[in-house]
Amino acid sequence: MGERMERRAVISGAAQSDIGRRLHRTGIDLTVEAALRAVEDAGLTTADIDGVSTYPGFGGSFGGAMGAELHEALRLSLNWRSAGVETAGPLGAVHNAILAVATGLARHVLVFRTVVEGSGGPLRPGSGGGGGGGMAGSAGPFQFMIPYGAASAACWVACYARRHMHDYGTTRTQLGAIAVNGRANAAANPKAIYTDPMTIDDYLAVRMVSDPLCLYDCDVPCDGSTAVVVSHRDHAPDAPAGAVGVNAMGTAIRGRPSWDQFDDLTSMMMRHTAASMWERTELTVDDVDTAQLYDGFSWLTLAWIEAMGFCGKGESGAFVEGGVNIGPDGSVPLNTSGGQLSAGRLHGFGHLHEAVMQLRGTANIQVSGCEVVAVGAGGGPETGCLLLTKGPS
Amino acid sequence: MSVDSPPRFVLASPESEFYWRSGADGRLRIQRCGECSRWVHPPGPACPFCHSRRVGPEPVAGTGTVATYTINHKEWIPGFTPPYVFAFVELDEDPTVRIGTNIVDCEIDEVEIGMRVEVLFEPSGEWHVPLFRPAEAERGGGT
Repeated sequence: MGERMERRAVISGAAQSDIGRRLHRTGIDLTVEAALRAVEDAGLTTADIDGVSTYPGFGGSFGGAMGAELHEALRLSLNWRSAGVETAGPLGAVHNAILAVATGLARHVLVFRTVVEGSGGPLRPGSGGGGGGGMAGSAGPFQFMIPYGAASAACWVACYARRHMHDYGTTRTQLGAIAVNGRANAAANPKAIYTDPMTIDDYLAVRMVSDPLCLYDCDVPCDGSTAVVVSHRDHAPDAPAGAVGVNAMGTAIRGRPSWDQFDDLTSMMMRHTAASMWERTELTVDDVDTAQLYDGFSWLTLAWIEAMGFCGKGESGAFVEGGVNIGPDGSVPLNTSGGQLSAGRLHGFGHLHEAVMQLRGTANIQVSGCEVVAVGAGGGPETGCLLLTKGPS
Repeated sequence: MSVDSPPRFVLASPESEFYWRSGADGRLRIQRCGECSRWVHPPGPACPFCHSRRVGPEPVAGTGTVATYTINHKEWIPGFTPPYVFAFVELDEDPTVRIGTNIVDCEIDEVEIGMRVEVLFEPSGEWHVPLFRPAEAERGGGT
């Protein structure tokens, strides 16, 4: 296997702002809080930061804050800045930062993802809520769903969930294991939104949203910012909290880039994205000590579990049922900080932050001997992933 | 169930305008390539298979099969009174032509994957929004 450029990079710092339902703070305020903490965590000062990368690169409740806003707010001096929504999902901002460091365009890139959806207004056509990234009101592909009242990703994901149930016998009780596992883990996370205990019976009794998805299958909008510093691996010995290695990244978007026209109604783009990650590493799925897999909707986690190869196609329901395999002592501890269903919709960056904590050995629910973590974020055609290691890869 | 004329928020593009107007004569049209004859949906400026620019609308039978669906219990857009069904229908001419729609003129619990459906149109301003209902044979109608 030839050189993998991503291995020239490490994650040297990681931090979060306060996280809550209605903080009534601006996106840039939360971003600055997370960014300054991450820079300090990396053993750096803002003078060392020479790159900024974010997703999606616009403000509002979904966008949070622009890269230029952070640039200006901290008066950074940058050699490179990037933001965009047409990435391999939200982790595309991390992929871009890794590439900038690997190619020498920047040495320390501040990466952030901020959301203020907990304080946002009600969902309207064109408001960009949930997977649309602001495209819902355009004449683009969403024009074929909006006229039918399918204004949320909940409606689209529900269609995939139902077909998965139809083809593979997946049950709501199995789907509920994702939500119950997340809630149990959130109890140990002081920043989690929902920490009250939840049983599978609670899950089955709650109201439907877009059948077969119920309220607890949908993540909880919140306000918060996550920031990480991606540095050249040379900095690893000087990262006081410990540097996390980038072993491989998954970026492939080989199928149709569409929420509604993907060729398989029982999987999504993560099928290709995860495959491309495994093509870039000598590690295998058996090496993964914990998985932090996107749960914007619980069914997306099932799709990620299958895409990553923790079980076979169509077998994720049986794999998660009862929660044993995915619990803290299971074969693949999953979403150990509570995921988005209970800890808050940080759009994949909560999963990334938790992966860093696990590899440093400082997680609230620590997986013992954790050396390899798989992180996957996004749904529909907007998916990306990372394979991270304890220390440089 | 029925969807009682909710706001349709059709935002057509130059490429898709024919799709939203097609029902004026009671027929559904889908874009088709004049070179390789493949069906294309959503419509675009060229055939995505052979890249010919000779693409245009062509009538289809308007019959198909429910590939999957959701029953919405939330009023995602004001005026869409729950519960209502959003479904993907695969057309008989080419099952890779997958159309988002509402299933109407039946009870919600009658909708299932594999159900045979046929198109009907709901006028909405200048547009004719394609909806689907159980095919005549499934409704037990006809002579």
